[in-house]
Amino acid sequence: MAKTVVEASHAVAEAVKLCKVEVCPMYPITPSTHIPETISEFVADGELKSAMINVESEHSAASAVVGAAAAGSRTFTATSSQGLALMFEILPITSGMRLPTVMAVANRALSAPISIWNDHSDAVSARDQGWIQLWVESSQEALDSVIQGYKISEDRKVQLPVMVCFDGFTLTHVFEPVDIPSQQKVDSFLPKFRASHVLDPKKPLTMGPIGFPNSFMHFKEQQQEAMINSIDVIKKANKEFGTAFGRKYGSGLVDLYKMGDAEYAVMGMGTLCGTARVAVDKLRKQGKKAGLIKLRSLRPFPKKELQSAIKNLNALAVIDRHISLGQEGPLFTDVRSAVYCNDITINSYIAGLGGRDITIKHFEKAFADLEAGKQKGEWLF
Amino acid sequence: MQEKKLKINPGAVITEPGSSVKYKTGDWRVFRPIIDQKKCIKCYQCWQVCPDAAIRVEEKTGKVFVDYDYCKGCLICVAQCPVKAIGKEVEKK
Repeated sequence: MAKTVVEASHAVAEAVKLCKVEVCPMYPITPSTHIPETISEFVADGELKSAMINVESEHSAASAVVGAAAAGSRTFTATSSQGLALMFEILPITSGMRLPTVMAVANRALSAPISIWNDHSDAVSARDQGWIQLWVESSQEALDSVIQGYKISEDRKVQLPVMVCFDGFTLTHVFEPVDIPSQQKVDSFLPKFRASHVLDPKKPLTMGPIGFPNSFMHFKEQQQEAMINSIDVIKKANKEFGTAFGRKYGSGLVDLYKMGDAEYAVMGMGTLCGTARVAVDKLRKQGKKAGLIKLRSLRPFPKKELQSAIKNLNALAVIDRHISLGQEGPLFTDVRSAVYCNDITINSYIAGLGGRDITIKHFEKAFADLEAGKQKGEWLF
Repeated sequence: MQEKKLKINPGAVITEPGSSVKYKTGDWRVFRPIIDQKKCIKCYQCWQVCPDAAIRVEEKTGKVFVDYDYCKGCLICVAQCPVKAIGKEVEKK
């Protein structure tokens, strides 16, 4: 299988082309800018037949996605940091209207102070807005997750928007060998988008009406149900993807590394998992039973999978690349809530904010704390 | 608390155009406007200003009536009426 050496941004744009996305409202922001750049090249060169809309803000980009998706189109946009913050108003509208779409979020710290570098504060802050969030570790996974994303998002049991979150610079601007699958393979994996309801003057309907107190909660209940349904749909999409393309990512929800006999493990999302794998390998060579839990789906949060993944562990370290100020690492909160019945020590580490590197040494320290039975909640600088 | 399940489409899509007439807003009313037909000069200003189109005109006679199924009791008609032909009373529950 011939591989092409590209940035993750380019890989994501290739996925957009392969998925034959019909409408791309885009507003560039570092570090996601290479995505709209590459897509606009594809459109200009006639490689992708898509309406590339140069909107005046991220708020408009997200709004145009809503309009185009309501009209039955397959849609895509990409953003980062403040751009996602400006889109925030439209995030719960997209999910509340149950409009399938995929958005790539090139993760970057939120200001202030201004930082163009990576952490997870943008997308993690948006986690409660009804979007499925897939967090990826490599350029290949970014490309594959966009394709899987449409499959999941457009499933009638789900009908929810999907965010593919990938680390700014660490992935967006880094060149890696990537297998860009053939159009034929993608076409047979991903059928044409058929929306359940379409805005059409010949068959008028209303989208986005007011929900009075007697109905509003029922819609939220339906959204929660769709989120829970998406757990199986994500697993199925990942499995089918594996059969069609010869690679998959754990169960689709979590990706376990050397967890079979592990006594101590670290857990996190995104590229830090790549470094963690190296740390785990190093400790394994020293005869230590270390493992890694890579969380791929933050929403829906895979409680059951996590419970079974940790059941033989003595202790777990959760690495958050974001902090819920005034509380703690949000991933740590989710993990502890999911396994509160289990007798296990869980340590919380805040790391890698605003582009601070997370190195093998950080993981070694976390593992050393676990082995020494230290209960900790601290910042790794 | 168990509630009867509403029949609703995902995303609150309404597939029947004009179905909002089924939603009767009359029970929001605190004050009830009452038209005195003897004083009414049929100027139709109340019909014009009603924000809910709840003032109806009878085709044959040209008389105006309040549609209490939809009137929310805002009393804009009362304020507008140039001859004070529309009075109000507190809605009895």
